[in-house]
Amino acid sequence: MKPSAFAYHRPGTVDEAVATLAGVGDDGKVLAGGQSLVPMLNMRLAAPAHLVDVNRVDGLDEVRVVDDGAGASVRVGAAARHTDVEHDAEVAAVLPLLRQALEHVAHPTIRNRGTTVGSLVHADPAAELNAVLALLGGSVTLRSTTGSRVVNASELVTGPMQTCLRPDELATEAAFPVPQGHTGTAWTEVSRRAGDYAVCGVGVLVTVDDELRVRSARAAYVSMGPVPEVLDLTEPVAGIAAGGARPDEWAAAGRLATARLEPDDDIHATAAYRGHLAGVLTARAARAAAERAVARAGDTTGAST
Amino acid sequence: MTTRTVGEPIARREDPRLLTGQGRYLDDIGHDALAAAFVRSPHAHARIVDVDVTDALDVDGLVAIYTHEDLPGRVGEPLPVLIPHAALTEPRTPYALARDEVNHVGEAVVMVVATGRDVAEDVCERIRVEYDFLPPVVGIESSRDAAALVHDDVPGNVSAHLVQEVGDARAAVDAAPHVVELDLEIERSASTPLEGKGVHARWDADDRSLRVYTSTQASTSVRAAVAAKLELPPDRVEVIAPDVGGGFGVKIVHPWPEEVLVPWAAIRLGREVKWTEDRREHFVSAAHERGQLQHVRAGFDDDGRVLGLDVTFWHDNGAYTPYGIIVPIVTSTQLLGPYKPGAYRVEFSSLYTNTVTVTPYRGAGRPQGCFAMERTMDAIAAELGLDRTVVRERNFIQPDEMPYDHGLTFQDGRPLIYDSGDFPATLAKLRKLVGWDEFETYRDQARAQGRRVGIGIGCYVEGTGVGPYEGGFVKVETDGTVVVATGLTTQGQGHQTVFAQVVADELGVGVDRVAVTTGDTRRFGYAVGTFASRAAVMSGNAVALAARRVREKALRVAGEALEADPRDLEIVDGEVRVKGTPGATIPLTTVAVLSNPLRYAFDAETERATQFASPGDPDQPPVADDDEPGLQGTDYYSPPRSTFANGMHAAIVETDPETAEISILRYCVVHDCGTLLNPRLVEGQIHGGVAQGVGGALYERMVYDDAGQLVNASFMDFLMPYATEVPAIEIDHLQTPSPLNPLGVKGAGEAGVIPVSAVLAAAIEDAEGIRVTRMPMSPSELHHLRERSTNEEGPRR
Repeated sequence: MKPSAFAYHRPGTVDEAVATLAGVGDDGKVLAGGQSLVPMLNMRLAAPAHLVDVNRVDGLDEVRVVDDGAGASVRVGAAARHTDVEHDAEVAAVLPLLRQALEHVAHPTIRNRGTTVGSLVHADPAAELNAVLALLGGSVTLRSTTGSRVVNASELVTGPMQTCLRPDELATEAAFPVPQGHTGTAWTEVSRRAGDYAVCGVGVLVTVDDELRVRSARAAYVSMGPVPEVLDLTEPVAGIAAGGARPDEWAAAGRLATARLEPDDDIHATAAYRGHLAGVLTARAARAAAERAVARAGDTTGAST
Repeated sequence: MTTRTVGEPIARREDPRLLTGQGRYLDDIGHDALAAAFVRSPHAHARIVDVDVTDALDVDGLVAIYTHEDLPGRVGEPLPVLIPHAALTEPRTPYALARDEVNHVGEAVVMVVATGRDVAEDVCERIRVEYDFLPPVVGIESSRDAAALVHDDVPGNVSAHLVQEVGDARAAVDAAPHVVELDLEIERSASTPLEGKGVHARWDADDRSLRVYTSTQASTSVRAAVAAKLELPPDRVEVIAPDVGGGFGVKIVHPWPEEVLVPWAAIRLGREVKWTEDRREHFVSAAHERGQLQHVRAGFDDDGRVLGLDVTFWHDNGAYTPYGIIVPIVTSTQLLGPYKPGAYRVEFSSLYTNTVTVTPYRGAGRPQGCFAMERTMDAIAAELGLDRTVVRERNFIQPDEMPYDHGLTFQDGRPLIYDSGDFPATLAKLRKLVGWDEFETYRDQARAQGRRVGIGIGCYVEGTGVGPYEGGFVKVETDGTVVVATGLTTQGQGHQTVFAQVVADELGVGVDRVAVTTGDTRRFGYAVGTFASRAAVMSGNAVALAARRVREKALRVAGEALEADPRDLEIVDGEVRVKGTPGATIPLTTVAVLSNPLRYAFDAETERATQFASPGDPDQPPVADDDEPGLQGTDYYSPPRSTFANGMHAAIVETDPETAEISILRYCVVHDCGTLLNPRLVEGQIHGGVAQGVGGALYERMVYDDAGQLVNASFMDFLMPYATEVPAIEIDHLQTPSPLNPLGVKGAGEAGVIPVSAVLAAAIEDAEGIRVTRMPMSPSELHHLRERSTNEEGPRR
């Protein structure tokens, strides 16, 4: 388990980084936190001739909340660690879903090294952040020597561990939009051990109206298909009282999820169990998200509920 | 009196070194050595047609490529069957490099030596091996069906078949008022030490001597094996176990192919060679354990007393049998636990499969036996509607029946005789610790909250400290340092602490004066190894006996100097003194000097000693015929038979009614390993054992597909439990000393793991009201078990 020899590059700027990538063609790979790439190198599942280390590229490690008029979003630079996002107070205030999901990404030591953008472009079907990006309708900025483009979550991931990135492109930043209106979110998952990839994971975003009734509900899933699956759950739960609904009212959303998703068997769980879990976890997460939406609605209107 | 430390929970003396990165493991040795890597079979069962190295020859840094054809003499012969047995009629062992046929994925076919491991792996990738496929035999049922054979000259895939019987068990079952019948299954797991195997060898051509470092549990036996294979005089071979990052059984097997090949290559090349096993290699080319199918019939009376117990099981021994049939023998004998069935019959078949070899892993067959027996006890209780602890109590061997002879032959070839134990007392302590009698109240409270909880219990007896012997060497240096050596190895147990405690107490010195060396053939040549929970029993007693010799000599020499009867002397805080006579003392350092008539005054102790030196009898030699210079002694401990520890565990689990997730709320252990040398170390062993038991019960399995590929050969998919999965463990001790050895100790190393699958199966069964017959149990499996139970309206309460 030792990688074969490779050339190591350590650019200092984004321009240098993309120039290096352009120079090495198909034989290059970007190294950020290395939490997935290094094991793959050691196991010789990947053997790039060139590694382009972006850890010391200027300006890539920022986590910011930006409001550019089109709506607020959380912007995460390519070298920012999961832990930087997870523990950013401003991010947690405007977009709690990021922390809710990040707490399930492996273990703290891995989150200290691993990068959020790196996880997005690694595109593991079990990766929480791809599902979060998909649920929020976020995007990733890709740079190359020929320019820059912004791709949204659904374009980014084309299959398991597959993305639309060209070999000469560097993902420089991810944008997670802050949802509009009275919203609440929740992330829940079942994994075999704490920090493992989920057997089934679900993030839910619930929006309530001024009467605190469910206006819309959406969910995104990990480990339930080759790419993050996003479902609109609104139909079965529209109009129910977000704060005081009975468990069986949320169970309708769960049944929808079970019916729609087509997970696979693997050595840790059968497809049938995964489908069952999707139903249970969807109902639980939707209920938790709705309760948070009610609480946040109370906060923003100043009313006490 | 010097403060005695035996029995005290003193801190591990090795930890500051190990925890600050000062340990010296195999891969820390020989940075400039050549690196070895292996081309291993990607197929479970195939004939080797051709090995083509053409593409590999131009890799920069390549030193050598070896196949079986290159191996001379004994190096090219099959590896030994370490423990033959009359019932093992068809033993098979691999060649160090496969000759014509490969029998499991991971079997070594080609050895590559290069300037670095990365280069060696580059070479491996360019070597083409052509195979003719043979049908793979995977799983016990497929082996038993024998539609295909692993070794074409082994009919039925049966390596061994053994029956032991006491009384007429089948007749007793048939005549019994009640009978339960169970089909049980335990899946494979493995030792999985965090440090894999590894070997470093250096040949000194001028001295004609070989030094081998290997991450082993038996350095003296590796020396014998390497010397035999390489046809070297054993005294020209040194084998040293450096710090070893866990063994748990897998490293007792020897010689591994690499333990022969790396020294052979080092001699042939005249260069240091090192091989460090990587994780993937360890999964597919080391060893596994556990996999068994069992069929149990038990006949019992209205009170739940077992009148006859008839057990048949099928044991998966993998592709080869280098370690004989120790595992199924242990299962078949230790299955009985603390119970005395009226009659017992056990029959097993040990079966070949095209999978990694099975050799002992902590517990070594006991977890499977315990699972069979404890599932049976629970089934009897369920059948009669009795409390599960009551049924167990009625079947216990009683304290006044000790020593208890089961009439069976144990793994060491000696009679299975329990030396001591108080099973009713152990159970009483456990019931109190876990709150057995209050559990139904708790269950009702939980149920009212929509929660599902259950409780389970499991009892075991563990034969520990198997012989034949272990030795100890103790020497008091003139600076007061006490050096201790024993030949068995250490792989994390805390021997530097516990053996020092024993010697310090015997000699009346502080523990901090005692330095312990283990597993180094340069320091102690005769040893057996560290397995079967034997180190504390065997080497603990051996170093105690050696220390007593030293003490005896110290008192004699001091008696001459102080003109006192040795019987009136004692050693306190490193000084020999006349009991009750203040001032009449002589430091042990001085006694050490006096013990050697050559007394050049190199240091203050030597100078000071001369004032005590009596001129001696001018007609007698300075060293008497029956004496030797120096304050040192060697002794051996050899027990008549194993000593039997015991314990009982209970767990409370919660199962999520919706997700089927299983949580352990409480885990309680009552443990009796005789006299406790160091309770902290014993508790550490229990913690580690329970953690591995939880792994085997809820997380770990070796997932082979039908083609014989191990599909979870990584720590990503082989689910060793993290700290987050291991519950807090509540421990209470009972100390029933062993009458068999001077210290009264019994082994503790494996105990923690033995009953865990049985206990958690029982607790899940109790929570769910569904019979559990196979472990491990994942949430997905529990979910489907619920569905099947609902569909069949099975035995759900």
